[in-house]
Amino acid sequence: MNQVIKEKIIVFFLALCALITVLTTAGILYVLISESIIFFSQVSIIDFLTDTQWTPLFADKHFGIMPLLAGTLLTSFIAIAVALPIGLTIAIYLNEYAHRNFKTIIKPILELLAAVPTVVYGFFALTVVTPFLQTLIPTMSGFNSLSAGFVMGIMIIPYISSLSDDAIAAVPVSLRHASLALGASRLQTAFRVIIPSAASGIIVSIILAISRAVGETMIVAVAAGQQPRLTANPLVPIETITTYIVQISLGDVPQNSLEYRTIFAAGITLFVFTFLLNNIGYWFNKKFHRKYE
Amino acid sequence: MSRYYNKFKIFKDEAFKYFGLFCTFFGLLMLAIFIGNILHNGFARLSWDFIKNYPSRVAENAGIISALMGTIWIMVMTALIAIPIGIGAAIYLEMYAKKSWFGRIVELNIANLAGVPSIIYGLLGLEIFGYQMKLGGSILTGALTLGLLILPIIIVATREAVKAVPKSLSEASYALGASKWQTVRMTVLPAASSGIITGIIIALSRAIGEAAPLIVVGALAYVPFVPNSPTSDFTVLPIQIFNWVSRPQKAFLINASAGIIILLCFVFLMNAIAVYLRIKKRVKY
Repeated sequence: MNQVIKEKIIVFFLALCALITVLTTAGILYVLISESIIFFSQVSIIDFLTDTQWTPLFADKHFGIMPLLAGTLLTSFIAIAVALPIGLTIAIYLNEYAHRNFKTIIKPILELLAAVPTVVYGFFALTVVTPFLQTLIPTMSGFNSLSAGFVMGIMIIPYISSLSDDAIAAVPVSLRHASLALGASRLQTAFRVIIPSAASGIIVSIILAISRAVGETMIVAVAAGQQPRLTANPLVPIETITTYIVQISLGDVPQNSLEYRTIFAAGITLFVFTFLLNNIGYWFNKKFHRKYE
Repeated sequence: MSRYYNKFKIFKDEAFKYFGLFCTFFGLLMLAIFIGNILHNGFARLSWDFIKNYPSRVAENAGIISALMGTIWIMVMTALIAIPIGIGAAIYLEMYAKKSWFGRIVELNIANLAGVPSIIYGLLGLEIFGYQMKLGGSILTGALTLGLLILPIIIVATREAVKAVPKSLSEASYALGASKWQTVRMTVLPAASSGIITGIIIALSRAIGEAAPLIVVGALAYVPFVPNSPTSDFTVLPIQIFNWVSRPQKAFLINASAGIIILLCFVFLMNAIAVYLRIKKRVKY
């Protein structure tokens, strides 16, 4: 009898541990929504979405999220443009060309790229990549989205290569053999048979990589600048949503001020974006995942 | 099909092979260039003084003692918070609530939490721990925030490790009259331990490099003292590095390089241990 009660108490505590993860989500939603509601009672949501300037710290205040969103999307786009071709090629190479032992050794080493702290990547972008690119493009500014995006791309290579690798490895050998038996080369097999069959997994890897890039903070805070600007020019300083939150956090902004609440309005925008991306990825995987017998 | 076509096909196939090899090493090559560069810039700056000095306006006198101790405080506290909760939640989900509606909700929720950017956790910590629980920008606030941040990693890794324990082991335990909790504690957890430890190390190596959420919860950029309790103000190595990187003088960039060398030593060491454990644990049942 004693043992039974003891077990019940233990299960209760274990359930409490699981409940904490739910409370975390609830806490995030509560914090973002409650602060944003107060923010949007002072700033019209239409201005927030349509104004093309973000100057909450100036005398002439504008609260248009578009410049920050544009900066975020620009750096993310550059990162994906770097990481997708490289990551996908790696996944194909490791599955279709490389020796199996090579794959076992190289995968944990590639994962190291994602383990390096992002402030370290920011330092790399600022002190190595930007000076190098400036020798090629002299008009390039010291802070810019090109080097920040490029370095972020290096960081997310393992996200794309490893998830795409799983998807490609799941394509049955019989499909591969059928294609090779018809006289296709490994390259033709990879692009006309394997990639179409693994498409859903590859798309999920891209979506999750975009979500990772959108939320990345320290690389852009160090190397991309702090100038909110609605531009697609990768050579000039911009500011991302995440950098703005860091910029405000480093300054001395009193709690309960409008400036303080801007970081929650920026935060909820970021949260909505990554939440949608993650769930599109999840849904896509469920809906289009091809099962082979 | 002409012979010419076939030759071209084979050529493209071979070319792609080398392109694949190039891509595989491209990222690592970049990392190597970078590590070479920071070693070149920062290695000479490493000294006992650099480790035991406080930050300073004079770059040559500046050191990392407060950031290093802050990092150690944060890591220990984060581990104390995240490890028991993470393992507990994972056991509950895997052993007790596998098919229940609550289990399914928690599972979906964890998948979502794993994708939330770290800076959002910072906003959570700032408002809930910092202001509402009145902990301010203390080590406790930072550790609670990072603890929640790495919880999904620990839970997922623990579940995988528990799942990999063969059913025959736990059934043998039940057959000997052990209760469910006794089975979990004395059979399942020990059998899953190396997988769990690997997950914990990976999670902590993620936490040690985090700067953004700690900046948001109010960790200070300039800390001229060693924290002495969980309610102290603090800074950590990544924030100290960020602070040095943001300064225009070249001497501070050299300090940043030296700080990065120390931070990377921690990160690579932790990852190496995790990889080693992962290779070693491949016990076949």
